[in-house]
Amino acid sequence: MDLQALYQEIILDHYKSPHHAGLREPYEAEVHHVNPTCGDEVTLRVHVEDGVIGDISYDAEGCSISQASTSVLADLLIGIPIDQAHGIHQKFVELMQGRGQVEPDEEILEDGIAFAGVAKFPARIKCALLGWMAWKDATVRAVTDLEAKI
Amino acid sequence: MTTTETVAAFAPVTGFDVERIRADFPILSRRLDGDRPLVYLDSANTSQKPRQVIDAMTAHYEQINSNVGRAVHQLGDASTQAYEAARVKIAAFINAPDPSEVIFTKNASEALNLVANTLSWARGDYEVGAGDEVVITEMEHHSNIVPWQLLTERKGATLRWFGLTDEGRLDLSQIDSVITDRTKVVSVVWVSNMLGTVTPLETIIRRSHEVGALVVVDASQAVPQLPVDVTALGADLVAFTGHKMVGPTGIGVLWGRSEVLDALPPFLGGGSMIETVKMEASTWAPLPAKFEAGTPPIVEAIGLAAAVDYLSAIGMDRVAQHEHAITAYALSRMNEIDALTILGPAEAVDRGGAISFELEGVHPHDVSQILDSLGIAVRAGHHCAKPAHKRFGVQSSTRASFYLYTTSGEVDALIDGLDQTKRFFKVA
Repeated sequence: MDLQALYQEIILDHYKSPHHAGLREPYEAEVHHVNPTCGDEVTLRVHVEDGVIGDISYDAEGCSISQASTSVLADLLIGIPIDQAHGIHQKFVELMQGRGQVEPDEEILEDGIAFAGVAKFPARIKCALLGWMAWKDATVRAVTDLEAKI
Repeated sequence: MTTTETVAAFAPVTGFDVERIRADFPILSRRLDGDRPLVYLDSANTSQKPRQVIDAMTAHYEQINSNVGRAVHQLGDASTQAYEAARVKIAAFINAPDPSEVIFTKNASEALNLVANTLSWARGDYEVGAGDEVVITEMEHHSNIVPWQLLTERKGATLRWFGLTDEGRLDLSQIDSVITDRTKVVSVVWVSNMLGTVTPLETIIRRSHEVGALVVVDASQAVPQLPVDVTALGADLVAFTGHKMVGPTGIGVLWGRSEVLDALPPFLGGGSMIETVKMEASTWAPLPAKFEAGTPPIVEAIGLAAAVDYLSAIGMDRVAQHEHAITAYALSRMNEIDALTILGPAEAVDRGGAISFELEGVHPHDVSQILDSLGIAVRAGHHCAKPAHKRFGVQSSTRASFYLYTTSGEVDALIDGLDQTKRFFKVA
């Protein structure tokens, strides 16, 4: 069992000092996602501005994998056009569901490639995806709400 | 460690040969990744099974397999006899006055749901209706919370509960105002699966019966660990499960006083539970068949009987003594670890063999992942006891739990593993 593959230094660094943590204004959507098997929770807000992810802020309680993954998510997607952000999201989900067979693209996923090893630990994939699923849910809601107002 | 500190020592139970017991459990000699021996500290989740249980089930499948209670052929007779003999053994194991009071279910959850549902459908004395109250505790497993939430919501009744002290004991200081004339049912855990606490059932049962309330006991962690005598206990209904007491999965038990079970309506309808069926209406079979609709878990019942034989041969008093000795040793060793907080009683007094804890700065998932890499199996999460975790201000915990095959060496492996976990996550 390759613990070093699971707990890359990058993951532990993000866990110890998560980036963009805390809940901030303004935001168009806030969601609360839970992993029912372990009880990990995240409250996540998305601010969308001119077709770009203006901010991702969050309050998360959970293991190193879920905390670090949410931190990496915020690093990667803040300031990115929504369509492109969905593309990066897709790449991360594919990496996590790839049973360790998917070669991650560092150009796209940056620190996210550190999670390649997590895909070999089926019990931890949900941890890595908690923040990402919350982000997708919040972004879809934010965009839907904005469109409804136009 | 300086010489002035007391070094915790394991006090083995005289004549209790753990190695000989371990030899009965094939899985305990298997190797995990990295050729590491299995250190199984998750018995509160499910226990391992001895060869005797596995063999009894295989033998039934190979030589006797047939449905019960209906076939006239030789196999049908033998299968029915084995199934009913299992009931008699389990009745004797818990000292039930009559084997027909032992109802086989799928697990303890089903047993508790059987009670909560039939109480909502009952008419007369046992009916739970608007204005009535059901009392549980904050340390219950979800399976002894949710069925009562469903019942009270549906019937307009009120759910109340006992809180916990900081030490993880039941706070019974207001017992007379929690259990009152309005209380119809009191359903309480015997041994907590998270905190390890053994609840003072005698006090609760006395007060409940004073006000005429039914007492339901979730004995899922108690029957595996303690000598149980339901007649002496005085509760009305007791639920437990087979797989935590070296038996198979897929079988649980509801014991109830026949007066209560007779008064309750059926739970599931179908084959075996009827006396006669007409298109307009049906009548019910007597106990225990009334509550056993459909083909029951036959081979699982036979496996559970083998488990009961196995535990009885060792002696439940000795199983309890070993559990206590191992738990006391583990508590004393865990108390040595800085940054480790035990949730629940820190001393092995009125305490079962499950120890939930927090390691400061490391999430339970990560603790269990590091331990798993060393071959040590513990549980991480909320252990289906979210309210009890919330009471102690935590979302989840790591839990080590012990059984008759647990050695002091395995506790030492856990302590070393926790030390490695701290170093891995650079926690002082």
